[in-house]
Amino acid sequence: MRQSNMREDNMIELTAQPLDPDKFTSAVRRSTNGAVVTFLGTTRDNFEGKRVLTLEYEAFDEMAVKKLEEVRQELLAEFGLDEIAIGHRTGTVGIGEISLVVAVGSPHRKQGFYACHKAVDRIKEVVPIWKKEVYQDGSRWVACEDHEFAPEHEAALEGI
Amino acid sequence: MPGSDWHYNQPMMMQLTVRLFALYRERAGVREFPLELPGGATVADLTDAVRLRFPRLAPPDVQIVVAVNADYAEPETALNPGDDVCLIPPVSGG
Repeated sequence: MRQSNMREDNMIELTAQPLDPDKFTSAVRRSTNGAVVTFLGTTRDNFEGKRVLTLEYEAFDEMAVKKLEEVRQELLAEFGLDEIAIGHRTGTVGIGEISLVVAVGSPHRKQGFYACHKAVDRIKEVVPIWKKEVYQDGSRWVACEDHEFAPEHEAALEGI
Repeated sequence: MPGSDWHYNQPMMMQLTVRLFALYRERAGVREFPLELPGGATVADLTDAVRLRFPRLAPPDVQIVVAVNADYAEPETALNPGDDVCLIPPVSGG
């Protein structure tokens, strides 16, 4: 099993172990802050009517940690915040478990909500982590619809 | 027979190891493979060579995103020997 890949100051964690949200909210609490906004991404049991049995997360570890830290720094600067802590799961994650934690400590609630929302969007855009939904009768890499081969492509590849 | 100076016209070749993840890893059936490219080759040259090697990796009309040394690279980025080259299918964390 993959080792937990945690930075020294504990603000970014990529791990095959269950995520404890309390650890992340505690890490961003400050007496100078009036708010902690926490987002939990949890694994859903359905996709377009199909039952999802489990999810498989794969990460390009070194780059994922680097990009999570870049997102963190970007939002700390943009919203003038003291602290953001981010955790992401890898490997097999059961239904209803936590796959992502983003905890934002903020002097005021508004910046906290905005920063948390934007952090989750940025993570989904730039961090090299992939999830595969596993069904009874197959599986699907999420967000790879544009990689399905059209019939004319299949015809062109015949015989290769 | 080529002339005695024929080799001066041959670009130096560079050896790279290309790593694949998720959808690309599954479609190629390998986690990594060695690739030889001419010196000065770019990311676009690399993806052309990758498509020849693995025609079923990605449809011709979608771009294959490449990370060089753990950062996203543009098609015109020049590659250097020893670069860490990774193919990045559409990401879906969260």
